[in-house]
Formats: sequence, structure tokens, C-alpha cells
Amino acid sequence: MKEQTEKSSFEGLSPAEIREINAEISEYEDKMAVSTEALKIIQKHRRWVSDECLVAVAELLELSPAHLEGVATFDNLIYRKPVGKTVIHYCNSVTCWMLGSDQVRERLCRHLNVEPGEMSADGEYTVLPIVCLGACDHAPVVMVGDELRLDITEDVVDEILGR
Amino acid sequence: MDKLDKPLTKNIQPDRAFATLADYRKTGGYQGLRKAITELRPKEVQQWVKDAGLRGRGGAGFSTGLKWSLVPMGNNGAADAHQTRYLVANADEMEPGAFKDRLLLEQDPHQLLEGMIIAAYAIQANIAYIFMRGEYHLAARRVENALQEARTEGYLGKHILDSDFNLEIYLHTSAGRYICGEETALINALEGKRANPRAKPPFTVVSGLWGKPTVVNNVETLCNIPHILQNGVEWYRGLGRGADTGTKLFGASGRLKHPGLWELPMGTPIREIIEEYAGGMRAGYNLRGFLPGGASTEFLLPEHLDVLMDYDAVAKAGSRFGTGTMIILDDKTCPVRMVLNIEEFFAQESCGWCTPCRDGLPWTVTLLRDIIAGRGRIEDLDTLSGLTRMMSPGNTFCALAPGAMEPLQSALKFFREDFERYILGKIAVVEEDQ
Repeated sequence: MKEQTEKSSFEGLSPAEIREINAEISEYEDKMAVSTEALKIIQKHRRWVSDECLVAVAELLELSPAHLEGVATFDNLIYRKPVGKTVIHYCNSVTCWMLGSDQVRERLCRHLNVEPGEMSADGEYTVLPIVCLGACDHAPVVMVGDELRLDITEDVVDEILGR
Repeated sequence: MDKLDKPLTKNIQPDRAFATLADYRKTGGYQGLRKAITELRPKEVQQWVKDAGLRGRGGAGFSTGLKWSLVPMGNNGAADAHQTRYLVANADEMEPGAFKDRLLLEQDPHQLLEGMIIAAYAIQANIAYIFMRGEYHLAARRVENALQEARTEGYLGKHILDSDFNLEIYLHTSAGRYICGEETALINALEGKRANPRAKPPFTVVSGLWGKPTVVNNVETLCNIPHILQNGVEWYRGLGRGADTGTKLFGASGRLKHPGLWELPMGTPIREIIEEYAGGMRAGYNLRGFLPGGASTEFLLPEHLDVLMDYDAVAKAGSRFGTGTMIILDDKTCPVRMVLNIEEFFAQESCGWCTPCRDGLPWTVTLLRDIIAGRGRIEDLDTLSGLTRMMSPGNTFCALAPGAMEPLQSALKFFREDFERYILGKIAVVEEDQ
């Protein structure tokens, strides 16, 4: 019975995901420490963490799903809902707010016809707010995928979206 | 200033091409490490850093050498080889308005590594982690690359520089949130737990990561260490202009002519930073106030421009040195809305572990939103004042909520009329200009 459960849980993960997660464990005292990293590996392959994946990763790390869910829902950069190919995080902390992050959000959302948190109809983009990105001397800023973009104007938003 | 006066940024070029290992070594890189390991005992390194007067650059300003000296080291200061100790570099920069550690991580990663290796030697830690926020992708790539180079060159691994000292450093990239910058929450996050802060005591220097003695130091703090070892305590003490020693990355953001980041002596007057380095206010805007050390510090006013940027001088003026990166309030930005934005940040980033913070911050946000929407009552200002007392130091598990209250309580004091205008139904004189 136990074997069956494990088998069905692990079927949720690809061999590459399991290999990459296991490779992280050697850097730490125990498996629990790779909780966040494991979720990030899942996202690298699938963009987001489904319930099935979460349970499978918990099994792999010998944690309760509740523990891992506590981490997953706590972290800003772990997505528990599907996201587009590129996630655009717009900074809405104080300096960016002062210098126009509301306009940046509106321009992004209007072009993509979404509200923050939603995926565009073509599956290309999700727009999300993020806390201070540490580039306040170039506010407002956004992060497009992994790339930080500075001094955002409406024209730069258009360029990012290829409009 | 010549290069010796800007130790932290001497390798950081205006074109922002980052410093390679060769660049770093050309200007004396890894000589401080050599001196520490070949000439000094761990306790002596601790003493050097204590004597240099270096205070933590992450915001709290605690003496770095003193923190190290609290780590249990065994008999007569000789390290007990069987005791595991950890060093953690706090690269979780997320205070709104702070943008200093990213520069150091991206532009001169070996400086951080050398500082970490010396720090680890001083506390005899054989494993160290860099806890970096997940958004710093470029910094992560450059630090990972620098770690490989350091391993190849024998600065990391077994028998570092042919000594008996062994060290491995691992990069841990996080996925959020702001609370992970609090050192006990950071340790929980590193262990793979939800990042709630832990009760203190025990302090992390005695019981931290996996229950072992752990020193957590900010990136900028660690970047100071190689230079103290290389150039000496007297040189370092001579860098400060006020009561504090060394240099600091000072930043300023907002409607300034030239927002930016500059390495300047500790104790540089605020006026010099805002008026000379940042070029003063943009045309059409006047300075109304500023948060000297990031979003969790109290507002100061133009009358405070001649205050020196060091820990005690800023405290005496009624605020906090914090991260040394200031946020400017101009005369066309509404201070009530600015405070709302800051409180929304803190309410969102609260871990929810202790009641005053979990309930008090959303309550604060609700009251401020009501006031701005014209639904406020004059008694709400008393309620807000009450909240600042309820979430004052000592009433909460960690410093998040007390920090959140600093801009609010100072805004209530300095900008009360702006709050009252909304409540009394007068048209807000200060219009949003965006």
C-alpha cells in the first residue's frame, strides 16, 4: 500500500526534477532545507506548482504536504496558480509608487487585458506586483522574467510587450 | 578622494562592468585574507574588527566584532574542532528604498567572498551560506561564478592558503519575503521552514542554524572586512567624519535631480548627500521631508539637513540610520498616501506570527484608506497613534511592526494637517502629481 502511494506520488515528477532536487540536498544538514529550492526547480520545468506536484515534492523530501504548503504560500515567488511564459513583476514599493508604478501597472494590464495575478489570454504573460527590487535610483522598475528593467515609462512598457 | 578612501567601491567602474577576479586581485584582493589566516589567530581577527568600530550595515548597527566575540569558541579561544558553527551572509535586501547590497553583489562579488572567508575564519565556521533574495538573478549568477573561481584558486575548500582552515560557501537563493531579512526568520527559511522569526534568547550566535552557533552579517558589513585586515584598524577608524568609523554606501531616491548611490565617509552630513551628490530636487519640486534610512525609519524635515549620517546623530535627531538609503518626500507627494503605501507593504510582508503585527498593520491600512477616501473621523488619528504604541518595540516578536510604525508616528507628528484635511472634508491641497 505504501509502495503504491509513493509510486503514484513520484509519478508526478520527472526524472530530471527528482535528480535536480536530490542534487541540492548535499549542501545542507537535512532534506527540509531544500523546500524552497525544490519548489523553484518545479517552477523552472512547469512554471507553477500544482497540488499534485506539491504533494510529490513533499513525499520526496519526507515532509508533510502541509509543511511544504506553508512555505509555498508564504514565498512571494512561488506560484500556486498557473502563470504565463513570462511573469512581469512591477515594483509597487514606495519610491516606485511615488514615480509612477500605478501607471506602469495600468499600462501593462490594459495592453494584456488582465488584472494583476491573471494570465493573458495567449498564455504569454502574467502581471504581478512585487516588493522593492532594489533599484530605487531608477524608479519605477519592473522585472521581466529574470531581467531587471530600469526607468520604466509607458514607452518602455510598450517595447517590453512588443507593441 | 583617492581610491583608498573608497574601499568598498574602488573596483566598481562608472560603466558598471563588473570586477573580475583579476580586477579584484589587482587592487589588493585576497591580501586581507592572507594576512588574517597566516598572521593572526581567530580571536585576534575578532579584536581587529571590534577595534575598527565596524557596525552592522543591515540596519541595526550592532558592533560586528562584538557579535563575533559572542560565539562560543571553546577553551581559551582556541576553536573546538568538533563544534559546528555557521556563517550566513544576509543578501536579502528588501527594505523599500534600499539598493546598496545589489551593487556590491553584482559588481564586486569577490569582495563579499573574501569578507566571508575572513569572518568564517574569525569564528571558526567551516560552512557558510549566502542567503540571497530570489529576485537578484544577475547577482546570483555572478556570485555563483565567483564561488567557482574562489574554489579553483584555493580560497575555498580544504587547507585554504595552505593553512589548517577549511571552508565551503553555498549560495541559497530565496523566494521571498521581506521578513527573511530578520536574522532568525532567515535561519528558519534557510532550514526550509516558513520564515517566522524565532524567540530571542537564545541568540543566533549561540543557537542559530540547526541549533548551532551562527553569525548572520549583512553583505555590506562583510564587504568592509577585507579592507580592515589589509589596511589596518587605524586607517579604517580614520575614514569616518563623525563618531562612527569607515565608509558607507549612501543612497537617495525620489524626485531628485540625480538619484543614486555613493560611497562616502560615515558621518557625511545629510545636506551634502541630498544637495551635492543627488544634485538637489528636480525643477518644480521642493524638499518636504525624508526617511533617512529606508521605509522603516522616521521622517526627518529640512531643518534636519545638517544632521550627520551616523548612527547616533540620526537617532538623536529622532530617526534611525537604518540602511543609509534615504527616500525623499517632495512637496507634491501627499505624505498620507506615502505612508499608506509603506503600511501596505508592511501589512503584506508581516509573517502573521504575533497578534499586534498580524492584526495591527491591516487595521492601520484600513484606517489610512478610509481617511484618504474621505470616510475618516478625527478620532481615527488617536486610534492610529494608539496603534503606533501597541506595535512599539517590546510588544511584538520582531522589529517588523515597530519599524512599520516609525514613518507613521513621525508623519502624524509632522504632517498632521495633511491627515486632517482629508478628514475635515477640505480638498486635499496636495494633488497627486504622476
